[in-house]
Amino acid sequence: MSERQLLVGPFNRVEGDLEIRLEVADGRVSAAYANSPLFRGFEMMLTGRDPRDALTITPRICGICSISQSAAAALALADASGAEMPEQGALAASLLHGVENLADHVTHFALFFMPDMARPAYAGRPWHARAVAEFTAQQGSVARALVEARARLFHIVGLLGGKWPHTLAIQPAGVTRTPDARDKVRIQTTLRAFRRVLEQQMFGAPLEEFVALETVAALDGWDRGAAGLFLEIAADLGLAAMGRGTGRYLSAGAYPMPEGRATRAGVWDAGEVRPFDPSEVVEDLSHAWMLGGAAHPSQGVTEPDEDMRDGAYSWCKAPRLDGRTVEVGALARQVVDGHPLALALATEAGVRARIAGRLLEIARTQIWLEDWAARLDPSARFMGTWEVPKDGAGVGLVEAARGTLGHWLSIGKGTIAGYQIVAPTTWNFSPRDADGVPGPVEAALVGAPVGAEETTPLSVQHIVRSFDPCMVCTVH
Amino acid sequence: MNVLWLQSAGCGGCTMSLLCAEDPNLFDTLGDAGVSFLWHPALSVETGAEVAAILKAVETGELPLDVLCVEGSIVTGPKGTGKYHMLSGTGRAMLDWVRALAPMARHVVAVGSCAAYGGITAAGGNPAGAIGLQYDGHHTGGALPDDFRSRSGLPVINVAGCPTHPAWVTETLLLLAADLMGEGDLDRYRRPRFYADHLVHHGCTKNEYYEYKASARELSELGCMMEHLGCVGTQAVGDCNIRPWNGEGSCTRGGYPCIACTSPEFEEPGHSYTETPTIAGIPVGLPSDMPKAWFMALASLSKAATPKRIDVNAHSDRIRVAPAPKREK
Repeated sequence: MSERQLLVGPFNRVEGDLEIRLEVADGRVSAAYANSPLFRGFEMMLTGRDPRDALTITPRICGICSISQSAAAALALADASGAEMPEQGALAASLLHGVENLADHVTHFALFFMPDMARPAYAGRPWHARAVAEFTAQQGSVARALVEARARLFHIVGLLGGKWPHTLAIQPAGVTRTPDARDKVRIQTTLRAFRRVLEQQMFGAPLEEFVALETVAALDGWDRGAAGLFLEIAADLGLAAMGRGTGRYLSAGAYPMPEGRATRAGVWDAGEVRPFDPSEVVEDLSHAWMLGGAAHPSQGVTEPDEDMRDGAYSWCKAPRLDGRTVEVGALARQVVDGHPLALALATEAGVRARIAGRLLEIARTQIWLEDWAARLDPSARFMGTWEVPKDGAGVGLVEAARGTLGHWLSIGKGTIAGYQIVAPTTWNFSPRDADGVPGPVEAALVGAPVGAEETTPLSVQHIVRSFDPCMVCTVH
Repeated sequence: MNVLWLQSAGCGGCTMSLLCAEDPNLFDTLGDAGVSFLWHPALSVETGAEVAAILKAVETGELPLDVLCVEGSIVTGPKGTGKYHMLSGTGRAMLDWVRALAPMARHVVAVGSCAAYGGITAAGGNPAGAIGLQYDGHHTGGALPDDFRSRSGLPVINVAGCPTHPAWVTETLLLLAADLMGEGDLDRYRRPRFYADHLVHHGCTKNEYYEYKASARELSELGCMMEHLGCVGTQAVGDCNIRPWNGEGSCTRGGYPCIACTSPEFEEPGHSYTETPTIAGIPVGLPSDMPKAWFMALASLSKAATPKRIDVNAHSDRIRVAPAPKREK
């Protein structure tokens, strides 16, 4: 039996800093440890400030999930103050958020995940020449077309929200800019242009055809666009069986609107869906460089262990739901929402399922955005009134591109008394808990093949990137 | 000209913003001018051991480096060790890496207000001990000493902003590649003057409201946001309203105040970002280069002279009264 240890980093094409320590036995990963090697302390910065400042500060936790952070802060403040968005304000906020999520998925596919397929290590594979032409880092024709289209898609945020990232447009009681009819047709024009690029480059077909897929066999038969290239690669490299998760999925439900959230909230476990009860969330600190005990986020504190004690190995806390790990993200969201294709992939739960879940959500989000833009009513109110309470508490739960994001806020004497954030990648890239149970990515890496000469195993890269981690959110 | 880009303790938003470069896209804008990334954490294929080898080769001088771009603040905690940010896989703090690599670069560019001055990462008591590359807030001397000069003889170039406009970054790199940026092209906080010689106020679509001090009282109202809503666009540097963001946007066009994100210590304004503090009813923080008495006299005159159209629209979420051409009066 051969054994060795690998330290993988700097791990790039993930958002932020990530280090993975691997134990390898007989050519396979036997144990993995995910370290988020950066601490900034946003929750500490917020304490004592005017509660409204959370709307300016929390988006700056993350430059790729900025609107998600902003939307969660606005919801937490709304929950604490009783503020409500007018219907059209909620619609505009969802448009802003949906554009970010859609852009993030496209960025992940084109810039973070696919460039690995153009690596020389895969030369000789039947699909390699096409992967090189289309997805070589900074050069690939499809990657470039998608990056250019993404920049134009963000014109919607420029118009409705001033700029991206770090807009302050989303407030607890609505949005700061009231679109007029001309803005509405501009937004629709931008969306139609983005659909054209998606259909030409990403899917090679009308989006509705991809959304209509219901079975793994139908997915296997999809051979058009970049999605077809990915599925061909997935079949050849065995990405379906690679990096399998636990198959427990959480979603808080995406895009709160007056008529309810656009996707269902819940916890999917072995075919059963149960309601998501946020009171079941506990953050375990046993393997994090954090002081204090396990606590619900409403009671939690953030106090870094300056001595970086032995036994701990990450600045990331370990959230557990009812004591167990859950996976969050596009696949989780689509599974909980009950999309047939996602349900068909729910137990496959590997690299292919995660990427396919994201592709599915790209197509569905584009269609939602078109629907919401059509529903914009320039004659309506987009902002109501609200006041900061002297005392209170609130929670804001949203779905970022990478999964469930929660802000737990308490206000005392008119300032922030406590602020705890549980980000999507905090769930997915959590370290072990007090029972020694590894976090989702740590578990998914076990069994990954490692070549004798490999120092940065390709299988490990595919698995890690299939989660689309955002480490800067994780460690806030 | 090759560029090594490191992401230190920040949010990655300046890279995300950079990807919004247009006319042409980021890769053509830089590539066509001969600017290439030696390594970039979001854009390059190399990962793990491949990156460690690149960093080592730069550190030893084996691989000549033209530009070191650093995005994000440099954290010094805990206890001055910098261990709050270890560059993954290397066993070394980013603080250590930056100090080792900066002297090897022909130019050093701080991308964003975090890398320039500490930025938002230094907010609220600065729990991680965040500082900028060559500044700690307003004060010179950061991760690199005040007298640091890169191989070109220039100090760290501070492309400040939170985030940076994509063109501030691309044009800084293009000017460096064309050998068109010297010390005189930087302002007092070493920001490129091509954008820092403008104020956010310039080209602000709320200028007519400002002229009459017709002020918004709530976010979403069209009026000027200086008097009540914390806007400091008359003092903040940036061409945000001359050359908009993401197509047609800017903070003020989005209906929320400028918070001077290009300035050192913007993260601690001393009051809520969206509320203007007043002393005896007079907003503090008037335009920096205008005598206060003069400003007050003008403001009270212009308030008194505010046309109904401007007064009504200032307190509305949309234009309710249109300008009336003279002949219709």
